[in-house]
Amino acid sequence: MNPSNSSSGNTQTTMSNTSWFLRGLRHGIPICAGYFAVSFALGITARNAGMSAIQSFIMSLTMLASSGEFAAVTMISAGAGFIELITTSLIINLRYFLMGCSLTQKLRPNENPIHRFLVAYCVTDEIFGLSVTTEGYLCPFYTYGITIISAAGWVIGTFLGNVVGSILPEFVTNGLSVAMYGMFLAVIIPPSRKSRFIGILVVLSMAASWCFSVLPGLSSISSGFRIIILTIIIAGIAAVIKPVEADS
Amino acid sequence: MPSNSAGIYISLLIVALTIYSVRLAPFLFLRKPITNRWFKSFLYYVPYVTLAVMTFPAILTATGNLAAGAAALIVGLLVAWFWGDLFAVACSCCAAVFLVQWIF
Repeated sequence: MNPSNSSSGNTQTTMSNTSWFLRGLRHGIPICAGYFAVSFALGITARNAGMSAIQSFIMSLTMLASSGEFAAVTMISAGAGFIELITTSLIINLRYFLMGCSLTQKLRPNENPIHRFLVAYCVTDEIFGLSVTTEGYLCPFYTYGITIISAAGWVIGTFLGNVVGSILPEFVTNGLSVAMYGMFLAVIIPPSRKSRFIGILVVLSMAASWCFSVLPGLSSISSGFRIIILTIIIAGIAAVIKPVEADS
Repeated sequence: MPSNSAGIYISLLIVALTIYSVRLAPFLFLRKPITNRWFKSFLYYVPYVTLAVMTFPAILTATGNLAAGAAALIVGLLVAWFWGDLFAVACSCCAAVFLVQWIF
């Protein structure tokens, strides 16, 4: 998996931190556009949940997480307690843990520790995807370049969604409110097409989620705990039935 | 509980710290690859299950119009299946809602 020391050494010495940073900025532009559209909808949702523009801004800047923030807004508007806030956030953002496990291997072992703290903040699906596919060791400044432009789109989009969402007619905000779900579908459906097992998993998860929303008793469970319970059960059983390949 | 401003800020702080901890933990404590195959597989399947549970049936009721929500779901599924581009899927879901609201 690791390239030879000589080749990665050459790659690193031929490109300065500045070049890597500029390349990151360029690669981050499409991510920025996608983030802006989705975070605009998130800002509207946050507003409807009773959060101010400043609160939405701070939320997006400190969390930088689509589904994580979406769940946070839902829980906060439902008046969730701290235990539910923490456990639900842990589960929903577990994938960042997995990505971190992979990305930490890409950093030079002797890299200044400060970069571990900074790169950790940058781990989102898209930024991770670009960072982990570079050749050899990762230059942290590449990740910072992608993150600065992507996060700008995300944070400004959330803020504007919250502010402008109030002057837009309900007709428009209704339409934008499904953008977030569209993004989720774009994450889970293409892998379902490639892998029948993941497809079955997605269908089962949706069916179970529907059961929890209509069946008496189960429907009284809050949405946060519904996610935790179903994720642990379904992903846990899936991992027993079909463990992933050792090198994936 | 967080019906006031202070409650919201405290809740935001708690979630932000939780998310950052989840992100930071592997960078600090895990310099070696995960060897437990079950745990690795579990982490691999988590996003699919979580996002599926969050999307359905919530997408149906998100707009307050069941037909518009259903249209967004169907269009989103089709565009995601045949095209897959994140931005395109998000936009076409919104367009489906606009269209249904405009027609009915």
